[in-house]
Amino acid sequence: MYCAKKDRRIAVLILLPMLLLLFIFVYGFIAWSLRISFTDWNSIIPNMTLVGFENYARLFESQRFQTDIRNTISFTLFFLVICIVGGFFLSYLLYSKLRGESVLRTIYLFPLSLSFVVTGVLWRWIFSPEVGINSLFRMMGFKATFGWFTSTYSIMGFNVALIALIIAASWQYLGYTMAMFLAGLRGIPDQLIESAQIDGAGELATMWYIILPIIKPITFSAMIVLGHISLKIFDLAYAMTGKGPAFVTDFPGLFMFETTFRGNHYAEGAAISIIMLILVAVVIVPYLYSTLRGDSE
Amino acid sequence: MITKKSSKILKYTLAYIAAILFLFPLYVIFNNSLKPFADVRISEMWIPARNISFEGYAEAFVKLGQNIQNSFMLVIPVSLFSVVFGAIIGFIFAKVKFRYSNIIFAFVIFGMFIPYQSILIPLVRTMNTVGLYGHLSGLIVTHIIYGLPISSLMFRNYYAKLPDELLEAGMIDGLRLAGVFHKVVVPVSLPTMVVVLIWQFTSVWNDFLFAVTLTQRPSIQPITVALQNLAGTQVIEWNVQMAGALIAAIPTLLVYIFLGKYFIQGLLSGSVKG
Repeated sequence: MYCAKKDRRIAVLILLPMLLLLFIFVYGFIAWSLRISFTDWNSIIPNMTLVGFENYARLFESQRFQTDIRNTISFTLFFLVICIVGGFFLSYLLYSKLRGESVLRTIYLFPLSLSFVVTGVLWRWIFSPEVGINSLFRMMGFKATFGWFTSTYSIMGFNVALIALIIAASWQYLGYTMAMFLAGLRGIPDQLIESAQIDGAGELATMWYIILPIIKPITFSAMIVLGHISLKIFDLAYAMTGKGPAFVTDFPGLFMFETTFRGNHYAEGAAISIIMLILVAVVIVPYLYSTLRGDSE
Repeated sequence: MITKKSSKILKYTLAYIAAILFLFPLYVIFNNSLKPFADVRISEMWIPARNISFEGYAEAFVKLGQNIQNSFMLVIPVSLFSVVFGAIIGFIFAKVKFRYSNIIFAFVIFGMFIPYQSILIPLVRTMNTVGLYGHLSGLIVTHIIYGLPISSLMFRNYYAKLPDELLEAGMIDGLRLAGVFHKVVVPVSLPTMVVVLIWQFTSVWNDFLFAVTLTQRPSIQPITVALQNLAGTQVIEWNVQMAGALIAAIPTLLVYIFLGKYFIQGLLSGSVKG
């Protein structure tokens, strides 16, 4: 837009203090955390002696952090697959013009407006091994003894205790992918589908040749957004399960919070947070680059 | 024709089964929050409440009332400031071209994706130094600052679609940039203002990480932290916990039910492109 030089200067002057504050709180603080992660500050008294990568080395050797990384990978994988497949499925049901569609949509989406703490408190009771879903199965005559989030079983490195958390998180986020896919499906011109059907394409063929190519970029965005949420997961695990026996439901976010604010291991906590940041950046930076590049004229 | 009809029936069945599964946790929450103390211990969680009682709600209100109030005192200023700052930043990035504006904006946006753990220790130290640690105002400032990326993104995406001619017409009428913003842009910004307001209201209401790190005193803790503390004590009966969870959820649920359109719009703009 055309804009006088003087006006542009005023605009930049207004912007400057706000951006400065934001950049200090984001990038300044990240740099500060990075510095802390290289120090020996692992007690209540700040100690800024530099020790190189010692905190990182100790983390990667620790049982707990190794379990955390495994849990993060398992959780992310299942959470993404369920939300994307399930979300697409629900959006497709709604797309086929069912009666009561707006009520259904409202129902699929409402968990998204809740706090992870509410979800956690609620689902902790539902999966509680004594009084939860097990007792429902017992009422139906089954012998239910599965420990859910207290179980220490693991199948090929996957801690089965995570199932409860994956279900709770998917319950909350399925609506999100559903809404994204539905918005995409609604964007397909009716004529396109109609003309395909006139040409004799059945429901499956329409799905394969018209619908899937259109939802591909949406799937990509959904993977990025959900992926970065699950890499950062904290509230839900904190409220629902805690770290669990032998860390079966532990995540880097929980470890960081505990070791920093309960154990006063500030340098170790900072190191965990930097690793989390790197994981998120690996996912987000290419995505931001590709979306914002398309924007610039 | 028969296959078409049966496929429709199948779709209805699946859609309604899914809806029941989604609502099922709500049954647990309502059913158990309405049981009297005497029934919670002996009765199974799944058996419908026989003697409806509001004891659980009464106790939850006594325990959480102050925290609900704290949460409102937190989310209202944060949402309002987010709208003001977000509109200004979003407008400048959308309509005023200056050098490196795209790169700078990418750095602004990245701020909404970072794991907040990576700024948490410096944040606590800084809040301590400026004397805001352990005060609600510290939490308010924190949420306003870290809410800037998403609020400015929402406004920028909206303003980018405003035709330049509209603004240039204002300039021909003798207005300066600030005047155009005030007299031409602000009056057409209402839909986005609502989206940002609602988005910040729900996300700040639902936040846990900042709240649990920055507020130690129970008397100033927002509802999410208080609910977690309430649920963390094993001696508290389910009916109180379930009632507490519902009380904590009601404000954002109401926003969602009555302003769902704007809520979804905010949700979808979280994926960067408008």
